Amino acid sequence: MNDTVVKAENLSLTFETNDGPVHALEDINLDIVKGEFVSFIGPSGCGKTTFLRVMADLEKPTAGEITINGVSPEQARKSRAYGYVFQAAGLYPWRTIGGNIRLPLEIMGYSKADQAERVARVMELVDLAGFEKKFPWQLSGGMQQRASIARALAFDADILLMDEPFGALDEIVRDHLNEQLLKLWAKTNKTIAFVTHSIPEAVYLSTKIVVMSPRPGRIADVIESTLPKDRPLDIRDTPEFLEIAHRVRDGLRAGHAYDD
Amino acid sequence: MSWFSQKLMPVLVVVLAIFLLWYAGAVGLNSRWAYDKAKRADVTLSFSEMVADTWSQDKPKLPAPHQVAQEIWKTTGAMVLRGKALSKRSLIFHGWITLSATVMGFIMGTTLGILLAVGIVHNRAMDMSVMPWVIASQTIPILAIAPMVIVVLNAVGVSGLLPKAVISMYLSFFPVVVGMVKGLRSPDHMQLDQMRTWYAGQSETFWKLRFPSSMPYLFTSLKIAMAAALVGAIVAELPINQNGGLGARMLVGSYYGQTIQIWSALISAAVLAACLVALIGVLQNVTLKRMGMLR
Repeated sequence: MNDTVVKAENLSLTFETNDGPVHALEDINLDIVKGEFVSFIGPSGCGKTTFLRVMADLEKPTAGEITINGVSPEQARKSRAYGYVFQAAGLYPWRTIGGNIRLPLEIMGYSKADQAERVARVMELVDLAGFEKKFPWQLSGGMQQRASIARALAFDADILLMDEPFGALDEIVRDHLNEQLLKLWAKTNKTIAFVTHSIPEAVYLSTKIVVMSPRPGRIADVIESTLPKDRPLDIRDTPEFLEIAHRVRDGLRAGHAYDD
Repeated sequence: MSWFSQKLMPVLVVVLAIFLLWYAGAVGLNSRWAYDKAKRADVTLSFSEMVADTWSQDKPKLPAPHQVAQEIWKTTGAMVLRGKALSKRSLIFHGWITLSATVMGFIMGTTLGILLAVGIVHNRAMDMSVMPWVIASQTIPILAIAPMVIVVLNAVGVSGLLPKAVISMYLSFFPVVVGMVKGLRSPDHMQLDQMRTWYAGQSETFWKLRFPSSMPYLFTSLKIAMAAALVGAIVAELPINQNGGLGARMLVGSYYGQTIQIWSALISAAVLAACLVALIGVLQNVTLKRMGMLR
């Protein structure tokens, strides 16, 4: 049986700039299986966000192959196979929270009744029930980011691409959202690709950690997590957790991530 | 009290300064005529007599504020009281004519401006080709082109409101194009990428993202466009004597040296412009507040 959701083979992406070519991605080989939670970690410039954008068809690879659900990223985008969560919540100030979550549904032509039902369901899912009529400015940063996750979940995409979604939030809110995200993932059984540059975050969340190194951007190490699926926050103090974190750190160092 | 000292005081001080300068200017500019009159009548004027004269001449070089105020009252409020609000000598009548041309031109100009901006933002060829012409159009002195447009349109039988509205449109579409191009382009990369991830079409991106995002820019442009439209209407009334309008009133005033009449038309136009711009300001506040863009 074929459960592979994302398959990248010898994938490369070179940006032509005025200062010469920049090798954002070089020779990436990676499989992501259905239901996995994959984190991409590495210093800035290692191409982790670029790889996410390639999956989302926001960038075109210059060499190699990549398929999403067995089709090209462009077809996947057109069939709305994934939800994308950006670094900033990017909610429209002129729409209520409910209205913001409804936005992709309107674009995709869901019926009014279906829209209302889905908005209510995903707001429940991210613990925002009762905030439908509020405006973004009335919500905290953490709540806004949860609303943007709800927006990405509202339509039936079984892949969730998340680009440092909690990067701008403080440690406490971040812990809380990480915990919630794991619960959400368990409930919805989505495949999640998650970009971060926090080692604890990557280890805590993932079933698979992809360590990347910069110039050219490539995969330094792929670590399969041995942690159980059910993870309370204090799992981060167990030796097992620390060992994985240590391996991630080693991977980052081996990739000459701290050269300069 | 703090509202008074923070908002009203500065305005009052400036208004007071303007009045002082205005009265002083009237003395300076009109004193020559006062002395000439006195010389012919063979009397000598004391300073206070001279000042009193400069503020009460029939055809002063610069009428004093109270003279203009009296003239405005005579041609507006007083005529309303006599039930002649719309007589041909009433400023309300002339103001109304100018206002209709202004509003018509403003609506035409805004529509044209928005359409051009939409084209420029969505079509690369238009982006490259239209903008230079839009800018070039504003380098042509309107005072030179207005009489030609009015006369030519008159010759082909188009007269009245439309030719004036065309001049208003010509002046008012420009700020709208410039503002709306910027406004429609104001969504950032992330917002546009987000639309891409939902596979949204151009029209959805326009109606759900670009157009709402452009609202602050639109209102700012509309304020400038409104003022420009009024200037356009007045300029369009100047070249040939037409059936009224504040511009026509200035023209007639200048034929007969009726400086008080010119100034009262001028002040009325300024008040009219201020009211129209303030109206847009109110609309702007209400809209942007409701859209959560003003906080």
